[in-house]
Amino acid sequence: MDKSLHTVTLDSDKCKGCIACMKRCPTEAIRVRNGKAKVHYDRCIGCGECVRMCPHQAKLPAYDPFEDIFKYKYRIAVPAPSLFGQFNNLEDVNLVLNALLELGFDDVFEVARGAELISEETRNLMREGKLKKPIISSACPAVLELIMMRYHSLLSHVIDLVAPADVALRLAREKAEKEGVPPEDIGVFFISPCPAKVYALKTGMGLNKPAADGVLSIGELYFKLLGVMSHLKDKPLKQLSKTGILGVRWAASGGESLGIYQNKYLAADGMENINNVLKAMEDGSLNYIDFVELGACPSGCVGGVLNVENPFVARVRIRALRDKLPPVANRLTEEDKPRRFYHWECPPTPQDVYKLDSDFAVAMEKMQRIESIYKSLPHLDCGACGAPSCRAFAEDVARGETTYEMCTRRDNQ
Amino acid sequence: MTALHLEFDVAGNNFVSAGSASDEVKKTLKMLGVDPAFVRKVAIAMYEGEINMVIHAGGGKAVVDIFPDRIVIVLEDHGPGIPDIELAMKDGYSTAPDAVRDLGFGAGMGLPNMKKYTDSMNIESTVGEGTTVTMVVNFAR
Repeated sequence: MDKSLHTVTLDSDKCKGCIACMKRCPTEAIRVRNGKAKVHYDRCIGCGECVRMCPHQAKLPAYDPFEDIFKYKYRIAVPAPSLFGQFNNLEDVNLVLNALLELGFDDVFEVARGAELISEETRNLMREGKLKKPIISSACPAVLELIMMRYHSLLSHVIDLVAPADVALRLAREKAEKEGVPPEDIGVFFISPCPAKVYALKTGMGLNKPAADGVLSIGELYFKLLGVMSHLKDKPLKQLSKTGILGVRWAASGGESLGIYQNKYLAADGMENINNVLKAMEDGSLNYIDFVELGACPSGCVGGVLNVENPFVARVRIRALRDKLPPVANRLTEEDKPRRFYHWECPPTPQDVYKLDSDFAVAMEKMQRIESIYKSLPHLDCGACGAPSCRAFAEDVARGETTYEMCTRRDNQ
Repeated sequence: MTALHLEFDVAGNNFVSAGSASDEVKKTLKMLGVDPAFVRKVAIAMYEGEINMVIHAGGGKAVVDIFPDRIVIVLEDHGPGIPDIELAMKDGYSTAPDAVRDLGFGAGMGLPNMKKYTDSMNIESTVGEGTTVTMVVNFAR
């Protein structure tokens, strides 16, 4: 599926061709060409750094419009737990869930429930002891894409489990079908904190076919929900929440690790930090750790760019829900145990986006050219040429994507 | 086809930048399309070697030559030298000071790991002058 439709797009009128997004892109996927930021989508992992950094709001994260839900007769909202971190003084998560029904959904199914089941399955797999340690969580799709592109040797460490949202979406649909709703009438909609999950859920990453009929944005729903919530406040609420705090805490960094019930875990968030952890894993210096939880966004999913609230505030609110929810509310049932849909149907495969050439001799020649071009550059990493660094520029020249003359600072040497 | 020749300075007593040379080499091997299993071996061996230079020798130089069928890594320092190489090669033997051990390094697995993950390793050392470690990893196809 076309990635450009599902990660970020550009508002060309707003883009000034400054280099803010290009400098921050963790996979060096952005170049400035003819005064506009251009994304090489084969390298885009959907992390949202460019959306976060753009001073002109020219980067638009992709998601489906809310109105899409009305294409279906029976609509189920499947909200990510970070949604609960967006509201001030939230005494009862049921207020948010009831408000979703008011907006036009017929049922709700919390992603946190899927998270609790994935936590249990993770513990089962760890107990079996067949996994390569350190085990890497598969929950963050941006991290998964990063490993597929850049850390091929670590792919075998990634746990074979689908995202909690996929589990929740499938269980939500199954529930409606059991209640007698005709399958073609059912629309299950994930409410996402980030563009990486929009892409992963819409394309069905790891699955034979996507589990979601659409993926909405927390930010778009936020204001709609606020209005409804204020008038629901003093009315009796339906008990719709069926999750414990364990699943909800997946919203913030370290939350998933709490679910493995062991101490030898590492939880890192933010692209720079996770790159450092992955590099250290490659070097073999983290072999004493059992479980590695990595989230592309600062503070974890609450830091996703489709949220409205500051991630640190959202994190405090998520923690505050601890007193209002049971510790754990979802357990794998006998029916669940043989289910394949907790596991990947098509496991992630390495992507050769950085490889210079499939012929080693040609790759070697290009590499030598890169080295010699790089030596002649000023090493200012100024970005004026439209590449994020002098090294990236040398690569672009060797790959034939730009010309040497684009470097205007060679006199600085 | 000539080899791809890379040189790096490894700063001494700097744990923060330790591993930056092996990092560059990893990146290069990935761009060349070398099999991930070999990249991993090189990463582990070279990282351990770099850390050794930082801990024991106040830094040094890393010279790397990449050929179509192998990589040759030469780590050269002007540190105290290794008096008994056979002893130094033993699992768990370490002369790292406590301050370094407190940081989680110096478990005495550096040299054994370098040997384990390379196809050949040669150590030349003169006490008071320095140490040169030459490692080769073959890229079997």
